Amino acid sequence: MVSENVIYSINGPVVTVKDAVDFSMLEMVYVGNKRLMGEVISIKKSATTIQVYESTTGLKPGEPVYPTGSPISVTLGPGILRNIFDGIERPLKEIAKESGAFIVTGSDVPPLDEDVLWKTSVCVKVGDELKGGQIYARVPETDLIEHRLMVPPKLSGTVVAVEPDGEYKLHDCIVKLQDAKGEVHELTLCQKWPIKQARPVKERLPISVPLITGQRVIDTLFPIAKGGTAAVPGGFGTGKTMTQHQLAKWCDADIIVYVGCGERGNEMTQVLEEFSELIDPKSNKPLTERTVLIANTSNMPVAAREASIYTGITLAEYYRDMGYHVAIMADSTSRWAEALREISGRLEEMPAEEGFPAYLPSRISQFYERAGYMETLSDGIGSVTIIGAVSPQGGDFSEPVTQNTKRFVRCFWALDKALAYARHYFAINWNQSYSEYVTDLEKWYNKNIDVRFLRDRQQLTALLAEETKLMEIVKLIGSDVLPDDQKLVIEISKVIRVGYLQQNAFHKDDTYVPLIKQLKMMDVILHLYKRAKEVVVSGKALSSVLELGLFEKVTKMKYDVPNDHLEILDSYFSMIDEAIDQVQ
Amino acid sequence: MSVQYVGLHEINGSLIFLDDVDNVGFEETVEIRVDDGTTRLGRVVQIEGKKAVIQVFEGTNGISLKNTRTKLTGKPMEMPLSKEILGRVFNGAGKPIDGLGDIYTDKRSDINGQPLNPVSRVYPRNYINTGISSIDALMTLIRGQKLPIFSGSGMPHNELAVQIVKQARLSGAEDSKFGIVFAAMGVKNDIADYFRRSFEEAGVMERVVMFLNLSNDPIIERTLTPRCALTAAEYLAYEHDMHILVILTDITSYCEALREFSSSKGEIPGRKGYPGYLYSDLASLYERAGIIHGAKGSVTQIPILTMPNDDITHPIPDLTGYITEGQIVLDRNLNQMGVYPPVGVLPSLSRLMKDGIGEGYTRKDHSDVSNQLFACYAKVQDARSLASVIGEDELSDVDKEYMEFGKLFEEHFLSQGFNTNRTIEETLDLGWDLLSVMPRKELDRVDDEVLDKFYDHDRAVERFELKEATIIPELASKGK
Repeated sequence: MVSENVIYSINGPVVTVKDAVDFSMLEMVYVGNKRLMGEVISIKKSATTIQVYESTTGLKPGEPVYPTGSPISVTLGPGILRNIFDGIERPLKEIAKESGAFIVTGSDVPPLDEDVLWKTSVCVKVGDELKGGQIYARVPETDLIEHRLMVPPKLSGTVVAVEPDGEYKLHDCIVKLQDAKGEVHELTLCQKWPIKQARPVKERLPISVPLITGQRVIDTLFPIAKGGTAAVPGGFGTGKTMTQHQLAKWCDADIIVYVGCGERGNEMTQVLEEFSELIDPKSNKPLTERTVLIANTSNMPVAAREASIYTGITLAEYYRDMGYHVAIMADSTSRWAEALREISGRLEEMPAEEGFPAYLPSRISQFYERAGYMETLSDGIGSVTIIGAVSPQGGDFSEPVTQNTKRFVRCFWALDKALAYARHYFAINWNQSYSEYVTDLEKWYNKNIDVRFLRDRQQLTALLAEETKLMEIVKLIGSDVLPDDQKLVIEISKVIRVGYLQQNAFHKDDTYVPLIKQLKMMDVILHLYKRAKEVVVSGKALSSVLELGLFEKVTKMKYDVPNDHLEILDSYFSMIDEAIDQVQ
Repeated sequence: MSVQYVGLHEINGSLIFLDDVDNVGFEETVEIRVDDGTTRLGRVVQIEGKKAVIQVFEGTNGISLKNTRTKLTGKPMEMPLSKEILGRVFNGAGKPIDGLGDIYTDKRSDINGQPLNPVSRVYPRNYINTGISSIDALMTLIRGQKLPIFSGSGMPHNELAVQIVKQARLSGAEDSKFGIVFAAMGVKNDIADYFRRSFEEAGVMERVVMFLNLSNDPIIERTLTPRCALTAAEYLAYEHDMHILVILTDITSYCEALREFSSSKGEIPGRKGYPGYLYSDLASLYERAGIIHGAKGSVTQIPILTMPNDDITHPIPDLTGYITEGQIVLDRNLNQMGVYPPVGVLPSLSRLMKDGIGEGYTRKDHSDVSNQLFACYAKVQDARSLASVIGEDELSDVDKEYMEFGKLFEEHFLSQGFNTNRTIEETLDLGWDLLSVMPRKELDRVDDEVLDKFYDHDRAVERFELKEATIIPELASKGK
């Protein structure tokens, strides 16, 4: 007897099966003769609803639906890094080899290459007691990253057989484990994990270490912690993707998971090309060695777009469990929310705000809660940092996705259209943005950089806040009427804005700035402010200081001082002192 | 002999409902023969058990529950393709309407296309010289890009598109491989005619494929028009190695057709009544621009959309902007001031520009000029808004300089007229001359080295016949 479950109705990516009983919620199914991948999203007595991850064109009622008995899962094992997957972990490079430049439906390619031989060294011996999450073998996956094979979290037992070190394929059994019931489990180089379920950890640790990005406005003003969450909202053209790219290139995470969710195809190509050319400054290896890309561009099926976020975070958690610090960039979560809305609409669910389903906030929070700084089951430390881009409709931050995201992230980098129009990148607006991590990270900054760092930061923010106030006056009556000390605030804030916050991603030195240079640059700016203020207080005209050209010189120090010659920055102090002494 | 179904179950707007159908595929094409002798095409949009919902492209006028015979073709909507389509005119559903007969070929392609694998894409880098200063210098068009024109009713977006087609040149030898696919969706007859005449005048008609769905044509057909056009474009680009520029006008009418169809189907509306899948639907059009590995051709798109009420946050421009690689925004104020083309510089952007300009593509100093022009022009806006409050006389000296710069920039750089074709060198030199109007210390986006080479205040004074009195001597001095 063939499968009894047959398609009854089809509406876009949603199909229903009548009178089916043997499906469970979120189970993965194959739909139709082409075996399209799908997921059960609702079960009623009369009908089971399935969302299909591929285009349903040509599907007919009466075609069979095959249950698989397990939820949508990803295959975890060596070969993930350097790869590019679609939203349901199908390798796009392999698909391109098989079916050409366009993606055809129903292609059944295994997610990871099953024929590669991996150099494996087993680190357990017969008789060892293993618990879930413990490492049993190591594989050098790329030149940068050692892949650590872990016992699936729910399994534990005694090792009864071990293969010698050597080269193995993905599905070769290398360790046999007998559990308490006496059942023997074969451990291979890979395991499966359902994408909508968070992988377990031993304990969530307090947040204490920053994710260093080398981007001044982030590291200094709005830092993000390892294991933290950040949202980057901004209308189109404000540089969300640019920001995500810069962070993916330069942040000091061990592994980067980059999820292109419903975005442009050319952008993914750019990431692919650029990352293979870029060299990681710490290891001198191409950035792709530590990167995995998930590309579900806007023209690829909408249901797979919904899944891509979960696939990304599951891969990130897997590497976290090995003891790595992982950063996941999701560009953009709005597209993911829209995919939810689209499918919800097809299901004719009652819409809440702006047509989004009522469960939008809970889905967003479930996603962001999977970030954290954790002690892993193998007693290591690992973290997942989530940086999600949000594309608010019309650039209006009051729309549901931005507002709900804001509730669940602790770092908010608001991108500003006006700054982007003036080509001030990153266009992070310093008045609307915030980071709740500053106090958590205080200790780290004080210990590893200098106590001056946060003090300088405080002064910078105070100056910028005062400038904002003053600019309101200036907008009304012009800057000429302001007294000199207030004019000085405006001038020095301009130096901060142009010379410090604005950063040129295409300049070889300015694209990544180490924290110590950030500190020294702040010192120089504040020193200039202090000395210029002395002049103003002593009654001399501010113009006498402005004429010295010091402000311009300090503004350009980001380009003039190479990152490997930071001592040049020390000469700025004496230069400022000498010039200003002459005025006084 | 395939089965024909006599009669219908229900008719609602452009949708017809068939009952008791067997073996019907989702999105397959059906032929409906009406007793009055016409044959119409339709597409299956929903299936429930033995009931199928079919969307009729030509409308349901004259159809009753009794007078039809419906035949399932078993295939999705396809279009015949051969090189002969060049120079031809089709209706919105891809049928020839120029009286020259059908296209005979074995090659037929599904008009919905298939998603392009990101791995197979080539990142676009080669620029297209449009001869329009504002576009070439500030929002460079790149081969394989999708760069929409955001316009409003009454603005010269059609002229701009024609000027781009007339002047667009690829580098030398490949010029003969250049082709245009023009898709009109819900535009007026005279506008379609304007495009046709312009193509003829420019002598490019034999390289143009036209798809016309005019404003009085059926709206459901309109949802097919861009798909037919893009299928033709992909065919010419990837199988005949041509560089195809696709002009889609007007996306707003397309989206409205989509909304009309969606509401007749009884779908839950999203923002402003547009269907929730508008983003995915637009993406399935725009993402068909690009270059693929192994093919020499490319598909570049210039969609034109009129923003309702000039509102850039309206769902159509908003969603478009999120998918396309930048936008050219036309500005009504500039238009009223008689500036042509009235390109609103600040909201306009080309995302692919950064990798397609500079040494080896345009000129080494290109990104410096464009960054600095953007930055200066942004400050012009600040100065203007301040001037509108306190009056121009009360402005600080620097702000007055910016006012002057803004005026010159609009007069000399933006405004260039319909028949002027500027080379990239002319454009960039003009940019430097304009920047040289400003005091050197205001040019904070450019390295000193570059400034030493290109900054020449005296030349600017001469070129724009500035009165020295407007320049503050100590600010204008060349030294630091």
